[in-house]
Parts: sequence; structure tokens; C-alpha cells
Amino acid sequence: MVNLKCPICGGELTVEDDALPGELVEHECGAQLEVVKQNGKLSLRLAEQIGEDWGE
Amino acid sequence: MKIGILYDMPRWEEKNLIEEGKKLGYQVTTIYSKDFVLFSNEFNIENDVNLFIQRNISHNRALITSFLVEQLGYPVINDHMTLIRCENKIFTTYILAKHNIPTPKTFIAFDKTNAMEYSKKLGYPVVIKPVEGSWGRMVAKADNLDVLYSYLEYQEFSTQKYKDIYYIQEFVNKPNRDIRIFVIGDETPVGIYRVNENNWRTNTALGAKAYPLKIDEELKELALKVKDIIGGFFLGIDIFEDKDRGYLVDEVNGVPEYKNTVRVNNFNISKFLLEKAVEWVKK
Repeated sequence: MVNLKCPICGGELTVEDDALPGELVEHECGAQLEVVKQNGKLSLRLAEQIGEDWGE
Repeated sequence: MKIGILYDMPRWEEKNLIEEGKKLGYQVTTIYSKDFVLFSNEFNIENDVNLFIQRNISHNRALITSFLVEQLGYPVINDHMTLIRCENKIFTTYILAKHNIPTPKTFIAFDKTNAMEYSKKLGYPVVIKPVEGSWGRMVAKADNLDVLYSYLEYQEFSTQKYKDIYYIQEFVNKPNRDIRIFVIGDETPVGIYRVNENNWRTNTALGAKAYPLKIDEELKELALKVKDIIGGFFLGIDIFEDKDRGYLVDEVNGVPEYKNTVRVNNFNISKFLLEKAVEWVKK
């Protein structure tokens, strides 16, 4: 598990080591976040909102 | 065998494809669209694969990433032309109708006055749908001219890509369910009924429940005919059952979701798809 910071409230949360970029996680502050992988390091950013072109 | 998964949000389906691919002994790599960059004079990518499977949740990203990897010479399921025919409801409906596939009666208007005038000819209630859209979003039933006018106005001032093109369809008096049948290669291995007791829209995204589909010969033939016309390798076809006219093809999905289909049928779609795709690419 990797310890990361919520970019909205600064609180901590953990994600799996093998989390994929784009994976959604929800922090206890209510923020919907997505996993980002840059230079092999994981971080979080605010998740993209559902787009008009989303779906099947 | 090396398989590439093009994706932008790892849902159950994408994770299951990765897992099943590994179980089959394939090397599975993922390309996250938001990290994907391709210069027009560099016709190669970092991870060489034998085949790509398109799994972007965004239609725009799916279409463009399929197109780009095709330009690099890779086979992709589904190719961008199939996605164009699937994701735009006007293309789907009119291509199918031209090939005598039964579809709900539909018309396209480019003007509100025409939309209202011709909806009388179709007969109320009518259904208005965004030209591009999913999960039943903004699909609305108008019981009369007054309601339709409101919907047309809402659409006109929305942010839809085709906000000034009106896709209007008869309301098919179907049972409280529709059919989702999957085509994989040249086979129709599985499908579901999507039953909604509370809403005439039968998308599972809107609460419809999935039940195993009994695939008869007529349904199978129809689905394979649709696949021959639309193209592609992996399709989710939505079909209505009309009391008088029989099966009517409503929509075709080029990047279908299948979590509920797997669950209720106990059928491993990811494994089946991967095995068939590998057979196909080896030919």
C-alpha cells in the first residue's frame, strides 16, 4: 500500500501499490480522486467529471 | 502474445481483461489515454503489442486512440470506423435501416418547427435522444406536442455536441425489458434481458436488472447481420421486442460494458473475447 495525500483537504489515504492511473478513489472528505502515475510515483488529483461522451 | 488495453478509467471490465489475459499467459500492457502522446512523424510507440483492445469510457478518446493505433499499423478491437458507426445514433439507425434491419421509426430534423410538425406524423408519445450519448442520459419521452417543445428547447440550450440536430423516434411499446446481446467475432455467446419495473428506459445505469437471455436462432441471425453491417469484433447490441413487428434493433455499442452480463450468466466474457481476438489476429 502507498500513503498519499488528498489534494483537496490534505488528509491521508492509502492506495494499492499496483493501482492503475485513472483509478478512482474516494477520500473521507468526500473528494472523488483519480490516481496519477508520474515517473513511477503515484499521486492523486481531483477526478474528471462524467463527460457527455462517456458511457457505452 | 502481447495484448494492449487502451483505457481512461479502469472499471471492472478493464481490470478483468487484464487479469484474464495474464491467466491465459499473455503479456498485457495498458495504455492510459491521458498519458498517451503521439507525434505525427513518429510512427512507433513504446510498448509493442500484437493487438489492442479499446476500452476508453469516453467516446472521443476511444475514437481517436483507435484511429491512432490503426495508423501505427496495429489491429484494434474495435476499429475507429466501427466506433463512428456505433456512437452516433444517426449513423447507426440510418445505416441499419438502409440494410433492411428492423429499427424503431425515426426521423432527424434540423429545425424545431419541423421536429414538432413531423412528430405528429410519427404519433405520440415520441422519444427524443441525444445524437451521441449513453446510459440513457437525456433520453426523454414526450407525450404531447407541448412536452416535446420543452425538450427541444432544453436541447437547444444544452451543451450537447449536436444540440441543433433532433433525433426523434417512435415510442416502442415493449415489455418492461429490452435485450442486450453480445457479438464476439462471429459468435453470439451471451446476452441479458434488462428489466426495469420503474422506468420505461431499460438501461442498467438507470436501475434495470439483468437476467440471462435465451438466445434463439432469429436473434442470433439478426445480431450477426448487424455486425456484418456495422463492422467490428466486439459489440453490444440493444434490441426491443415489439408485439407486432418482432425484434427492432435500437442501438449498437462499440465499447460495451459487461459486468452484469458476466454476473448473471456466469460466462467469462473477458476470456472468451481474448481467446477469439487472439485467434483472429493470428489469421
